[in-house]
Amino acid sequence: MSTSSSITSQRSSEETIAEGSYSSQAPQAPVVSLAERKARNAMWRGRIGMTVYLILLLMPIYWLLNMSFKTNTEILSGLSFFPENFTLENYAKIFGDPTWYMGYVNSIIYVSMNMVISLLVALPAAYAFSRYKFVGDKHMFFWLLSNRMAPPAVFLLPFFQLYSSVGLFDTHIAVALAHCLFNVPLAVWILEGFMSGVPREIDETAYIDGYSFPKFFVKIFLPLIRSGIGVTAFFCFMFSWVELLLARTLTSVDAKPIGAIMTRTVSASGMDWGLLAAAGVLTIVPGILVIYFVRNHVAKGFALGRV
Amino acid sequence: MTKVENNKAWWLVLPVFLIVAFSAIIPLMTVVNYSVQDIFDPYTRYFVGTEWFKQVMLDERLHDALIRQFIFSFTILAIEIPLGIMVALMMPTKGKGASLALILVAIPLLIPWNVVGTIWQIFGRADIGLFGAMMAELGINYNYASEPMHAWLTVVLMDVWHWTPLVALLCYSGLRAIPEVYYQAARIDKASRWAVFRYIQLPKLTNVLIIGVLLRFMDSFMIYTEPFVLTGGGPGTSTTFLSQSLVQQAIGQFDLGPAAAFSLVYFLIILLVCWVFYTTIMHMQKDK
Amino acid sequence: MVWMSWTLPTAAFFAGIALILVAMTTWQAIYPSVERKGFLPIETTRGDRLFIGLLSSAFVHLGFVALSDVPLYVATALCVLWMCFLMRWG
Repeated sequence: MSTSSSITSQRSSEETIAEGSYSSQAPQAPVVSLAERKARNAMWRGRIGMTVYLILLLMPIYWLLNMSFKTNTEILSGLSFFPENFTLENYAKIFGDPTWYMGYVNSIIYVSMNMVISLLVALPAAYAFSRYKFVGDKHMFFWLLSNRMAPPAVFLLPFFQLYSSVGLFDTHIAVALAHCLFNVPLAVWILEGFMSGVPREIDETAYIDGYSFPKFFVKIFLPLIRSGIGVTAFFCFMFSWVELLLARTLTSVDAKPIGAIMTRTVSASGMDWGLLAAAGVLTIVPGILVIYFVRNHVAKGFALGRV
Repeated sequence: MTKVENNKAWWLVLPVFLIVAFSAIIPLMTVVNYSVQDIFDPYTRYFVGTEWFKQVMLDERLHDALIRQFIFSFTILAIEIPLGIMVALMMPTKGKGASLALILVAIPLLIPWNVVGTIWQIFGRADIGLFGAMMAELGINYNYASEPMHAWLTVVLMDVWHWTPLVALLCYSGLRAIPEVYYQAARIDKASRWAVFRYIQLPKLTNVLIIGVLLRFMDSFMIYTEPFVLTGGGPGTSTTFLSQSLVQQAIGQFDLGPAAAFSLVYFLIILLVCWVFYTTIMHMQKDK
Repeated sequence: MVWMSWTLPTAAFFAGIALILVAMTTWQAIYPSVERKGFLPIETTRGDRLFIGLLSSAFVHLGFVALSDVPLYVATALCVLWMCFLMRWG
C-alpha cells in the first residue's frame, strides 16, 4: 500500500514539474517546429549514412560482377567501372561444362538434404525444450550449442575417417550429415525461441478437444510457427551453403562442392580472373533468392527468435 | 512460461541427440585417442602419454597463433559491434525501403566464405582491384601479399565487411521490438538523441548484443577459409590463425598426435568461453 | 573401429565419464536436485557443479603437464579432492 501511494505521489510531482516546464516555454509553435526540424535532420543523416554504408558494402560485390563480364585481357589491361567489351563468355564456359555446373548441383543437393534433415529432427526437439522440463534438459541444450561453437578444423581428420569407414565418403549425404553438427543445434535454438512465443493454452485446448500429439503438432502447431520454420530453413541453407572446409574434406569427385571446383581457375598459365569472378557471382545468386522469400521474418530470425 | 515436468520429452529430443552425437562424439573420442599416441598408420602406433600435450602447450608458434587469434577477435569485435549498432539505427523502418535495405545488408552473409576471400583477393590487388588501386592513388604502396601489416588490415577489413551485417541485423530486430510508446514518451520529455539511445534503445539491445558478441567471438575464433584464400596465412605467419595452424599440422604435415592434442586444447578453450557466455545469457533471462 | 585407434587408458577414461553421467542421471531421476547457492557466484544444480568440476579439472591437468614434471596422478588426486569439495559446497 505504502509503496504504491509513494509511486503515485512521485508521479504526480513529476507531472507537475513537466507541466511547469511546459508552460514556462511560452511561445509554443517555434519549439515544435524546432523538434520537427531536428527529427527531419536526423532522418536525412540516417538516410545519407545508410546510403554511404550500402555503397561501401556493395562495392566489392559490384566489382566482382563487373569483372565477370570482362575478358581476361580487359581485366589485366586496366581498371574500369563498366565492361567495355561486354561478354558472357565466362558464364557460357561454366554452363557449358558439366565439371563446372555439377559443382552447383552438388552444393544445392547437399544443402537441401541438410535443410530437410535439420528441420525434421529439430522440430520435435525444440518443442520438447520449449514445453517440458526433463532430466538434463539444460545440459543437453548447452551441449548442443557447444557443437555450434566447435571449430570444424578440430574434427577434420576423424570426420574423414568416420565417413570413409561407413562408406559414405564422397556422397552428398555425408556432407549433409556433417553440416548437421552445427545446423541442428542452431535450428533447435531458433525454433525454441519461436515456439516459446506460442501460448501453452493452445496445446492444452487441442488435447482437451481430443487431438493426439502428432495430429496436434502437424495440424495446429506447425502452421502457427510457419514464419519460424521459414527462417530456420533459411539459416540452415545459409550456413550449409557458405561452409567449405568440411564439404571439401568429405568429397573428391561425385559430390564436390562449387567452392572446391573454383580453385581450378588457378593454372600454370596464371589466374583465369574472369571465370573466377563469374563462378563467384553465381554462388551469390541462390542466397539472394532465398533471402527474398523470408525478408519479412528474417530480422526476428537473426535474433534467434529472442527479442 | 512455466514448463511441465515430463521425462518422456526425451523421446522427442532423441533424434537430435543421435544425429549430433554421431558427428560430435565419435570424432571427439577419436581425437582423444590420437592425442595420446604416436601414429604412423592404424596398425603401427605407440602410446606416448601426455607428451604431445606438453609439446603443444610449450610450442612457440602456437602461442603466437593464439595471441594473434585473440588480438584479431577483439579487434573485429571492437569495430563490428559499434558499427553494427550504428547501421541498425540508420536502417529505414517502414515501407519498401526497409525490405530492400534488409536484403542488401544481408547479402555478404550469404556469400560462401571462400568467395568472400576471392572477392577481397581481387578487390585489394593494386593491378585489378578497386581498393588496391585507390590505395596506390593515395600514394600508399599497398600490397597485402608481401606486407604483414597490410595483410593483417585486409583480413580485418574483410571480416568487418563480411560480418558487420550480422550485428546490424541482430540490433535491427532488437530495435523493432521497442514499442512506439517509449519514443512518444521520450519526445514529450524532450529527451536528447543520446538519452533515447542510452536509456531506451541500448537496454533493449542487451540481449541481442550478447548473442551477437557470442556468435562473432566464436566464429572469428575458428576463422579459416577467408584468410586461407586471401593470404594463405602469410606473408610469413602474420595472418595464420588457430584453425589454420591446426589444419597445417594435421593435413599438411600429417602429425596426427600433436594435431589432436592441439585440437583438444583449442576445444577446451572454446568450451570454457562458450560456457561463460551461456551462463551469462541464462542468468540475464532469469532476472527479467 | 580400428581407425579410431583405441587405447586402454582412453577407453577407461570414456567409460568413467559415461559411468558418471549414468550415475548422475539416475540420481537426478530419483532425487531431483534443486538449484542452490554455494561458494560459487552463481546458483547451480548438481549437474552444473559436475560440469564446472570436470572442465576446471581438465585445465588443471593441462597446467600440470605444461608447467611441471610432477607425475600426473598428483594432479588427478588434487582434482578428485576439488571435485568432492565442489559437489558438496559449491
